[in-house]
Amino acid sequence: MSAFLTLLARNRLALGGLIVLCIVVLLALLTPLLPLKPPNVTDTASRFQPPFSEGALLGTDHLGRDLLSRLMWGTRLSLAVGFSAAVIAATLGAAIGIVAGYYGGRTDNVIMRGVDMLMAFPYILLALAIVAALGPGLMNALIAVAAVNIPFFARNIRGITVGIANKEFVDAAKLAGMSDAKIIVTEVLPNVIPVIVIAMSTTVGWMILETAGLSFLGLGSQPPVADLGSMLGEARSALITNPHTSVVPGLMILVIVMAINLLGDGVRDALDPRLKSGALSRPMPATMVRREGPIPQAQGDDLLAIRELETQFHVKDRVYRAVGGVDMSLRPGECVGLIGESGSGKSVTALSVMGLVASPPGVITGGAVYYEGRDIVGAPYETLRSMRGRRVAYIFQDPLATLHPLYTVGDQLIEAVSSHRRVGREEGRAHAIDLLKQVRIPNAENRIDSYPHEMSGGMRQRVGIAMALANDPEIIIADEPTTALDVTVQAQILTLLSDLRRERGLAILFITHDFGVVAQLCDRVAVMYAGRIVEEGPTDAILNAPAHPYTSKLMACVPELGGGRRRLEAIPGLPPAVDRLPDGCAFADRCHVATEACRTGDIPLDPHGPARRVRCINPVLAPKTEAAQ
Amino acid sequence: MTGYILKRLLSAIPVLIGISVIVFLIMAMIPGDPATAILGSYATPENVAALNEDLGLDKPLVQRYFIWLGNMLQGDFGRSFALNRPVLDEVMERFNATLVLAGTAFVLCSVFGIAAGVISAANQYGLADKAITFVVLLGISIPSFFLGMMMILTFAVNLRWFPVSGMWPIFGDRTIWVLIDHLAMPATALAVVATGVVARLSRSAMLEVLRQDFIRTARAKGVHERRVIWGHALRAAMVSIIPVLGIQAGFVLSGAVYIEIVFQWPGVGRMLVDAILRRDILLVQGGVVFVAACYVMFNIIVDVAQSLLDPRIKT
Repeated sequence: MSAFLTLLARNRLALGGLIVLCIVVLLALLTPLLPLKPPNVTDTASRFQPPFSEGALLGTDHLGRDLLSRLMWGTRLSLAVGFSAAVIAATLGAAIGIVAGYYGGRTDNVIMRGVDMLMAFPYILLALAIVAALGPGLMNALIAVAAVNIPFFARNIRGITVGIANKEFVDAAKLAGMSDAKIIVTEVLPNVIPVIVIAMSTTVGWMILETAGLSFLGLGSQPPVADLGSMLGEARSALITNPHTSVVPGLMILVIVMAINLLGDGVRDALDPRLKSGALSRPMPATMVRREGPIPQAQGDDLLAIRELETQFHVKDRVYRAVGGVDMSLRPGECVGLIGESGSGKSVTALSVMGLVASPPGVITGGAVYYEGRDIVGAPYETLRSMRGRRVAYIFQDPLATLHPLYTVGDQLIEAVSSHRRVGREEGRAHAIDLLKQVRIPNAENRIDSYPHEMSGGMRQRVGIAMALANDPEIIIADEPTTALDVTVQAQILTLLSDLRRERGLAILFITHDFGVVAQLCDRVAVMYAGRIVEEGPTDAILNAPAHPYTSKLMACVPELGGGRRRLEAIPGLPPAVDRLPDGCAFADRCHVATEACRTGDIPLDPHGPARRVRCINPVLAPKTEAAQ
Repeated sequence: MTGYILKRLLSAIPVLIGISVIVFLIMAMIPGDPATAILGSYATPENVAALNEDLGLDKPLVQRYFIWLGNMLQGDFGRSFALNRPVLDEVMERFNATLVLAGTAFVLCSVFGIAAGVISAANQYGLADKAITFVVLLGISIPSFFLGMMMILTFAVNLRWFPVSGMWPIFGDRTIWVLIDHLAMPATALAVVATGVVARLSRSAMLEVLRQDFIRTARAKGVHERRVIWGHALRAAMVSIIPVLGIQAGFVLSGAVYIEIVFQWPGVGRMLVDAILRRDILLVQGGVVFVAACYVMFNIIVDVAQSLLDPRIKT
């Protein structure tokens, strides 16, 4: 509760709304005690006095009644009626909802059908019909507004109750022999009340507006007593000659309803857990770049060179170093594997290349990415966009989530092309069919009009690959493209990628946590741990003789088909949280050969034999064979 | 598709029957004797009894309901005693005017609400987002009748841009421009609240969609950000925006009553208020049933639009 209040207080607008509302409610409560003129005494001699005139701060109306006094009494009435309607609607609606949700079955069916019928009416129309039957009058308007809002509460509360009625503690209470009525009061109600409060906070503003509306139409409060709505209604005939008589009550309604809405929004935000975590932040078109320090230079003539790349996530006051200085390179036609556990930063590294890390919270804080010798970190959006898919294309994991559910695969393929060059309808379609054929999708002419949900997981992954091939890119970054698939389909996809690579001379950056895949596909492999590369070199050399203790442990986790009986070693402990990285080697706490020296200072990625590098001061095995060569 | 439309039409029948029952029961709650109300307090008991028999009011409730329903199905909604003309004629004539007003407001609130929500979401926490959020809050907090009055004061009386009220000039020619001239202010005033609601929902629906993986895929393909937002994201967000548009249609249709009063628009809402104040029960009954039925039909159109937009819905 106190946490909730702090959250609410942090929301300045909501706090403002609360303060304004409190002042208005307090004034309304104190109205009978204030030294005001009687609100209903007419004085035709001084009708339509302007505001700030002698003895009438807000002026007088068409019968010479004091507007300030009428405003206060009217506010009092409007608030009372609005809140009463809200309480009545919430009480009855909640009762109906709880009964329907708790008993379920036929009771639920009958009640909810009735609720649906009421909801089929345009809102105000139903209120009008009820007032028509009961006759004009403030009490009847109140009943009408409350009645119209009951279905809304009933439906919301029923949904919550259904969830609660199936919980263990309700079952336990039933077994203990408690009566239904007692269970509802002691077990269900306490859990439902917060929902009722939220629903009320969002609807009470409406109800004040609606009762004011009915009074405005002459169907609510009857003269001489006036609420804010009927004050407006009476003032309407003098709108042009004496606008102040309309403006005064109208502004009051606006202020009250706005304060309630601000407060209601604040309450909802404070109770919505998604907003607290900041998860609702929206990715920008390209990752934010805030590089500090010198920008590393390109070396050699690699097609793609990642230099000392640092990508962080800034969530509130925490900094998560997802990628902490990664160096990698990719030559034309080469396939490099990037391997590591979940959360090691391999996907973030890959997404940083084309600025696709969700931002906020992602920020590239250092390093550079050279494509054909040109730094593309922080390049203008249009430069980055024209390269995406055309020079560097991505294949993602889980193609059901990564393909647009409402476009046909054909349209999505054609769009990949048309984003970079003009294509005619027929040409685009022919090209898309051709692409589907290249990824060995049978019956491509028909499949092109399918939606993603109509295809199997393997087919969707092939569509993802076809999309990546659409513009003949130089580089494909494949982010665990086979993880969501079963083993046989996985093998097919890998064969397909390896064939395509040979046919087209593609360079592939292949991200995976699977050594088997790396062995099958990759020329070189880089092992990532806690945002840094810990070992890098030719695939065969690393697989045969891992140098970093982490690599060897990671390989020991992999079962080998036909490898005989062998103990599968789980790595003890967990990777460190990337917002609290330890000094020295991040793996030290889980390492069996760690020494004191491992925990101090930065450990560099040093050469280990001619083509390998390792970030360890006690490598597992000296590369004897290579050293001998 | 035809099968789906047919299915939805069939499922509307119980809803329509339910509506007629509810309206009938509400009207049956009226205390006192309708015949006395029609004939006035000077009527002789014989006259009252004769009229009661004439109107079928001496029969039991259930029977009366079926007679009323049967007559309605044959297009006979009864006679308005105050206007002395068939209810259906009057309702249809007035409903046309409401439809022009509410239809325009509906288009306005859909277009501007969605646009505001998308712009707001695409610039989350930015200046545009804050400005739109504030205007939207103002829009959903202001009573439409007060807004209408202030618009008359500002744009009709002070600036003289638009006529103060009415639908057509009493004399002169009825061109579409005259209609638009009269329509601009009331339609805007009616659309403001609904626009705010649509904008709020569109914003949150867009924010939800923009975090999805397929948006990242579109960006990775090199799709231009404009198309990512207004194409990919909005298309997916429409799935949750369209049902709200359906609700807002009901809102502008019935909320039109305030605007019709303020702007002297000859619509069905003003007719209903007048009928209520004159205790012209048959006119109220017929008007409410007619408008509610139209709204049910409109919701079927919304459902069909939804199924066209989302291929995952089984039709």
